[in-house]
Formats: sequence, structure tokens, C-alpha cells
Amino acid sequence: MVSSSTHINRRNWFKTTISMLSSLVAGVLAGSAGTYLLGTPEASERESWSDAGDVTKLQAGEPEEITFEQNRVDAWKTRHEKASAWVILNNDGSVTAYSPLCTHLGCAYHWEAGAHAFVCPCHGSAFNMQGNVIAGPAQRPLDRYAVKMQGPRLWLGPIQKSQGA
Amino acid sequence: MRSRLLAATEWFDDRTGVPTAWRHFLLEDIPDSAGWAQVFGSVALFLFLVQALTGILLAFNYAPTPGDAYDSLQYVIRNVAGGRLVHGLHHWGSSLMVIVVFLHMAQVFLYGAYKRPREATWIAGAVLLLLTLAFGLTGYLLPWDNRAYWGTVVTAQIVASVPVFGPFLTHLLGAQSGVGVLTFARFYTLHTVLLPLVIVLMIAFHIYMVRRHGITPASIGERKNQRFYPKQAFRDTVAMFAAFTMLFLCAAFLNAPLGRLADPTDTTYVPRPEWYFLFLFQLLKIFRGSLEVVGTVVLPTAAVILLFLIPFVRVPEFLRSHRKLVAGAFVLAVFGIWAGLTATAIVSEPRHTGVSTNDTRAAEWASIPPEQIAGIGYFQAWGCGSCHNLIGGPRKAGPNLSAARLHHRKEWLVHHFNENRRSGANEESASRPSLPQLNALSLFLADLKPDSAKRLQQISSQFTRGAQVYVTGACASCHKVNGAGGGIGPPLNGLFDRRTKDWVEAHFANPQKLSPGSIMPPYRFSPKDRDALMRYLAALPE
Repeated sequence: MVSSSTHINRRNWFKTTISMLSSLVAGVLAGSAGTYLLGTPEASERESWSDAGDVTKLQAGEPEEITFEQNRVDAWKTRHEKASAWVILNNDGSVTAYSPLCTHLGCAYHWEAGAHAFVCPCHGSAFNMQGNVIAGPAQRPLDRYAVKMQGPRLWLGPIQKSQGA
Repeated sequence: MRSRLLAATEWFDDRTGVPTAWRHFLLEDIPDSAGWAQVFGSVALFLFLVQALTGILLAFNYAPTPGDAYDSLQYVIRNVAGGRLVHGLHHWGSSLMVIVVFLHMAQVFLYGAYKRPREATWIAGAVLLLLTLAFGLTGYLLPWDNRAYWGTVVTAQIVASVPVFGPFLTHLLGAQSGVGVLTFARFYTLHTVLLPLVIVLMIAFHIYMVRRHGITPASIGERKNQRFYPKQAFRDTVAMFAAFTMLFLCAAFLNAPLGRLADPTDTTYVPRPEWYFLFLFQLLKIFRGSLEVVGTVVLPTAAVILLFLIPFVRVPEFLRSHRKLVAGAFVLAVFGIWAGLTATAIVSEPRHTGVSTNDTRAAEWASIPPEQIAGIGYFQAWGCGSCHNLIGGPRKAGPNLSAARLHHRKEWLVHHFNENRRSGANEESASRPSLPQLNALSLFLADLKPDSAKRLQQISSQFTRGAQVYVTGACASCHKVNGAGGGIGPPLNGLFDRRTKDWVEAHFANPQKLSPGSIMPPYRFSPKDRDALMRYLAALPE
């Protein structure tokens, strides 16, 4: 007959082992699931640039919306799609290209020549030509495309998120 | 703090009764003889839960349509953090689950645990076994690689051969005009909607039955002096842990097979079912002609019916005193037949070389010159596809490359690439391609036709990489592949029929050690390059 204290010790040992092993298994599974769901997928392609056309005919200092075709890697698909940008030919000949979405909640804004501002119809955010917020709920300046010129043609790269004001 | 927790538990117990039910569940009285043999049911349940979890995770990154399914699974394996592990757990988990379910069934059979009053428990268990196999069968199609496609083509043909019901079943599986989008959608829905629903209900019923009748005592009138928790629960947990450790190691260190994209025109592919269906595959070879239906339908159906009838079979009087012996002999006989058929199937498998490859030898593409295979690899790796179409597709910035009017001579292309490289015009490249690389790309482009492009596009990247190593290593200056190349060294077709993988590997590092007098320089490939090269060479026709 086992003495009652060894019996209790054995029971406790069983209980401890059960909780340890099951927490270990649950931990590994939870860790794998967490990594899988929250980890950053490895990018399979380097950043791509798209030809946005000849911009030398733009009027300096007048924002204009242009559309162009780009290839976008969307997880396991590479999509060929239309995209747009608000492009300004600056006086010094450089080019600024803004992402066409308001930094507040992602509505498409437009240029109001009279007000001399980019105005978002959704919640009234407004941005000046430098992309800075001049009115409304938006917290960040407009996001810009990476730009480079090849001869007269503008090439647009990835959108760079602006920092909060 | 402790008393607060206690109060909260009490409140919860009072309102829901869940803690009491849980305690009641854990503190079940079980016979003294219960021990390690009784752990398999719990392990099977645990593995089911792992399959459910990993299955849901996979579905989060999965496009359930042919073609896209393959791309998305490849995305999971290559790009998603921990994706290879999750896919591995799901893949190997299905095999492990089949093993454990059979072990569980064998234990129940040997212990006579199916007898009155536990007939319903056994029948529910038999249904669970069939459901497990159905999961395996339907899940097999979902990667949509060659293995999946051709395996399911055979399944669909077998289903169609069922007497009387064949046409209806084929209709239900959407396979009237071959395996396609319909069949895929049906299998996907079965695998992720219908089967999970049914199996969960069945598991609940099965566990309820086990609780209702209790664990079978070794002898009638045996006392129930122990409780499930903690001793038996401890055994179950240890067994689950052991199973999980095995599964995790498999998932972490073995690559779950993913072959080439399903190709209905690939007539060289020999489909093989998952290992636990291999015995059926072999059974078919025994019955030929009009008897085939015996192997495909009659025998399996008879086996399933027998499985359901086991609780009602009365053992003849004279055998009853040797009950255990008879049961043991029966299990051994069934296992022996299964193992014999499976082993025959494995032995008769068309010989693969020492180099592991998911694709069959002498695939359609293997007779294409290595430069062209390397070329499509560069085309894909350098992102040429973002501006150029090979065959057709949405309009892109650059010209369509298989359009006849664009055909330039190879020299023109090499010159064109070099020109653009200098001026930094439209074609972008990450690093400066070497001359052999440009040469390969140009050869590939100069010879591009819509049908050959299609064939080339389906070559998996592991082979294009191998061909690239072959090209950049200038192997062709001394060796012949498919009859083209230099005559100084031996031709490389059929190399792995003459040499083992280890020999070739050692030979790269030090040729003179293995073939004295050879003038081949030593090659120090990265392990990845070396394996890719060997895989490419192994795939060449003899």
C-alpha cells in the first residue's frame, strides 16, 4: 500500500506534467499561428516602377491628375491595373506626384483651382500645393510617389507614406 | 485574490454549469486496467484539432480556384512567415491522423471494446474512419499540382465505374467532362464545409457514447477504482505530446511535396495516391478487364460493410476460448495484406534517381536545350514579365515577345541588352547580367514561339535554376546535354543511372579524387545551386 503522502506527490506530479506539456503544445501552436497571421510576408519582387508618360507639356504650378498603368504585386498575384496620381511640375523643373487618396480616410480628393487647394469631398480635408493640411480632419500631409525622370518621361515608384504632422 | 477567483468561478458555475460539467468529465470513474493502450482516441481527437487549426490558417491565405490555388499555396510556403511550417503540419498531420485512427481501431478491436453494449460507439468510430479518409481524398486535390490533378483524375474514373450509381456520383463531383473547376469547387466545399460539419457532430456523438458506456474493463465485474484525472489524463497528455513532437519535426524538416502546376496535357505524369491509399492502387492491378470493378468497388465496399458488421459477428463456439488469439491473428492478417500491397506498390514504383524530385523523369520539357530553360528562369527572375507578355495577356508597356514580327536574331538581342544596360533605358536589372546569362536569355527569346513558351512557363523554378547553374558554369564546353555541347567530358544524360547522388556531389568538389586523370576543374557551388543542378540533370531523358 502506498503511503498517502507519496500518493499525493504522484498526483501532483501528474497534474504538473499535464499542465506543462499541454501549455508547451498550446504555446507552439499559438506561436506558429501568431507568426503566420501577423508576420510580414517576404516580398517576392523588388519594387516596380511604372512609366507615367510625358510630363514636359504640363503647365508649371498647375496640378493635374494623370492615369497610368502599373503592375502591382498583390500577395500571389501580380495585377496589371490603372492607377492615378496628382502631378505637379514645379518651377525648378522637378516633379511632385501625390497619391490620389486623402490621408484621412482614403477618399479621392480633387484640385480646386479657385480655392487653390486639394479638397476632399468626404470630410472637408484640404491640402495646399505642398501637400500640407490646411483644413479638416486629416492629420498627415498627402502621400507621395517616389519619382524619377528619364528624359521627358515620368516614372513613378512606390508610394511613400508621409509622417504625421 | 484567490477567494475572488473562487467567487467568480462559482458565479460562472451557477449561471452556466460549465465548470461542474468539466469536473464531471475529468473525474469519470474508469477501470483499473485502463492504461497506455487507451490513449489513441484522445490523440486522434487532438490531431483533429491541429488539422482544424492549421486548415483554417491555410484557408486564410488560399484562393480556392484551380491555378490560383497553386499560386496561393506557393505564396504560403515561400512568402508567408511560418507558412511552410503551417502547411507542413497540415500535410503530415493528415498522415499521422490516419495512422493514429487505425491504431485506435486496432486497440478497440483487440480489447473487444466494440461488443454489446458498445455497437453504436464502434459504428460511429467506423464512420469517423471513413470521414478521415474522405478528408485525405478531398484535400489531395487542393494544392492543384500535377500530383493532385492526376491523382483526382484516377479517383473520378473509379467513381464513374461504380455500377448503377456511377453517373450520379460523377455528376455530384462535377466530373462529367473531366476534373476541372467544378470538381475543384466540390472537393473544396466537401473538405472545408461539409466534412468538418459532419465529423464534428460524429466526434461529439462518439465521445458521448464512450462516456455513456465507459471505458471497457478488461474483465466483467472489474472494479472502477481510478479516475480519468489525473493518471489517465497524464498518459493521454504524454501521448499527445509525443505525437505532436513527431508531427512538428516532420513539418519543420521535411518538405511537403508540391510539384509542378497541374498540367492536363502532361502525358508523362504517373499519378500515385497518398501512401495510405496505395494498397487500393495496387489492388486495382490484380483485377483486370471486366473484373476491374471488383478491385475498385466490390472489395472496398465489402470491407466497409464488414467493418460496420463487426460488432454483430458471432465468433464460433470452438474459437471462443482463444478469443484474444483469433482477434490478434485477424489484425495481423489485415495488416499483413495491407503492408504487402503497399510494399508491392512502392517497389513497383517507377525508379526515381537518388536526387529527390517531385516531377517525373523525361518530362516534356527536359529535351529543351538548357540555355532556353535558363532563359525563361532569367525572364521570370528579372521581372521582364512586368513590361512584356510572353504569349498573351493584358496590355503591357513593352512589346509582346512571341509576336512574330519581333523576332530578332540572337546577336541583335545581346547587343540590344548591352546597349540598354549602358544607357540605363527602360529595361531595368538588379545587377549586371553576365554574358552567359544574356546569351541564355537571348537564345530563349530568339527561339520563342507561343506553344514552346507555354511549355517553358510550366517548368518549376528548381529546374530553371539548375539549368542556369549549368549555363553559368559553362558545363557545355566539355559536356553534352541532349546531344549538344562539348565532347571532352562524358554526356550528362542518364548520369544518375551511372552514379549515385553522393558520388556526383563529391565529384564536383574534387573530380580528380574520384576519376583520376580527369581534367575537370573542381566546382564549389552553393548547396542550393548544386542541388538545383543535380535535380535538373536527373530530370534529363536517358
